[in-house]
Amino acid sequence: MPEDAPNPATHDIGGAARFRCTPVEPDDEAPPDAFGKRVDALRQLLAQRGLMTVDELRRGVEAIPEAEYHALGYYERWLRSISGLMLEKGVVKAEDLRP
Amino acid sequence: MTSYTAHFTPGTRIRVKADYPETRGPCHIRTPHYLRGREGVVERPLGAFRNPEDLAFARPAATIPLYHVRFDQKGIWNEGEAGDTVLVELYEHWLEPAA
Amino acid sequence: MAHAPHPENVALLARFTAALAAAGLVTEDQIAEQIARTDRASPRIGAAMVARAWTDAGYHALMLKDGSAAAEAMGISMVGAPPLGVLADAPGLHHLVVCTLCSCYPRAVLGYPPHWYKSAAYRARAVRDPRGVLAEWGTTLPEATQIRVVDSTADYRWMVLPTRPEGTAGWDEARLAALVTRDVLVGTRLPTA
Repeated sequence: MPEDAPNPATHDIGGAARFRCTPVEPDDEAPPDAFGKRVDALRQLLAQRGLMTVDELRRGVEAIPEAEYHALGYYERWLRSISGLMLEKGVVKAEDLRP
Repeated sequence: MTSYTAHFTPGTRIRVKADYPETRGPCHIRTPHYLRGREGVVERPLGAFRNPEDLAFARPAATIPLYHVRFDQKGIWNEGEAGDTVLVELYEHWLEPAA
Repeated sequence: MAHAPHPENVALLARFTAALAAAGLVTEDQIAEQIARTDRASPRIGAAMVARAWTDAGYHALMLKDGSAAAEAMGISMVGAPPLGVLADAPGLHHLVVCTLCSCYPRAVLGYPPHWYKSAAYRARAVRDPRGVLAEWGTTLPEATQIRVVDSTADYRWMVLPTRPEGTAGWDEARLAALVTRDVLVGTRLPTA
C-alpha cells in the first residue's frame, strides 16, 4: 500500500492501527441468540429463493456508516443489510418496515 | 462482459494493483486495502468464480480466475517475524506481473 | 463483548419477517426448520474430519485436494455451501485463519463462528500481529515455526488440518477427534495429547 494511499473503507480493517491495543477475548464465545439465529435463517431462506447473494449481503453491511457499523451487533448489521436489500428490490415496502 | 483466461501459474511473482475503487463511489471489493500495490507469489489457482464486484449489485458477472497468493508479512507491515506470511484469495483482474 | 440487539432492531426484525410472510416468502415453520438445520453444524464435524485424516492417508489427500468432497464423505451435505479448503500444518509451518473484511467462516463444518472471530480486534490484528494474537490463547509455537495467516477474502472457507500430536500412536478416531477443538481448527490453539 503506497504511502499516499487513500483511507480504507470502514469494514476493511486488516492491520488497522486503531485496534492494535484492543485485546482479543478467547472466552468471548457468545453464540447467536434467538435474534441472531432468526436473522441468519432469513438470510439463508432468501438466498435459497434467489432473492439475494452473499455478495449483496456484504455490500449492504459495508454501506452502514462507520459509527453505526461498530455500534451494531453482527446480526444487527445483517438485518440492516438484508432488509435494505429487500426494500431495494421491491420485495418489501418502506411502510412495511416503518415503526 | 469480459472473459478471462487464467494467466498465472504457481510461483509467479505478482503485484496487486494499487487501485482504490472505494474513492470512486459505491462499490464492493474483496481485495484488502493492506495488499494494494504489494508484491506476492502465486501459491496455487483456486478455480474461477463470478466477480463479486458485480454480484454485489446484482449485475451480470463475469467468471474470473481466483488464486491463493502469498505475501511476506514483514514486507507489508515492516514489523513481525521474518518468514511469517499471509495467504489471500485474490481475483485475477487485481493482479499484474511484478516488474 | 456481544450485546443484546437494540429494541429498535428487534422490532425491525418482527416487521421485516411479517412483511416477508405476507409476501408468501417465508413461514414460521421454514424459519424454525432452517435454524434447526444450521444448529446441527458444529466443530465436532471438523474434528471428525481431522481425526480421520490423521489415520487414513487416502482421506488426508482428499481433504487437501477438495475439502468439500472430504466433508461430503463424512455425510455432510455441502449443497449451497461455499467450497471448503483445508490447509495442512507441517513441522515449521502453522496456519491461522481470519477474515479481515467480514467474518467468513467454514460454517458447514464448524457451526456458528464465535464472537471473538467476528470482533474488530481479531480481524484487524491477526494479519499484522499473529503471534500477539496467539499469545492471548496462551499458544506458543514450536521454535522455528513460521505462521501463515489465511485471510479468507473470497469464495472459499478455510479450515486448518493440524499436525497430529506426539503421544497419540494407536489412538482411534474418536479419541483423536476429542483433541481437536474449534480453536484448533481455526488455528488459535494447537492440539495436545
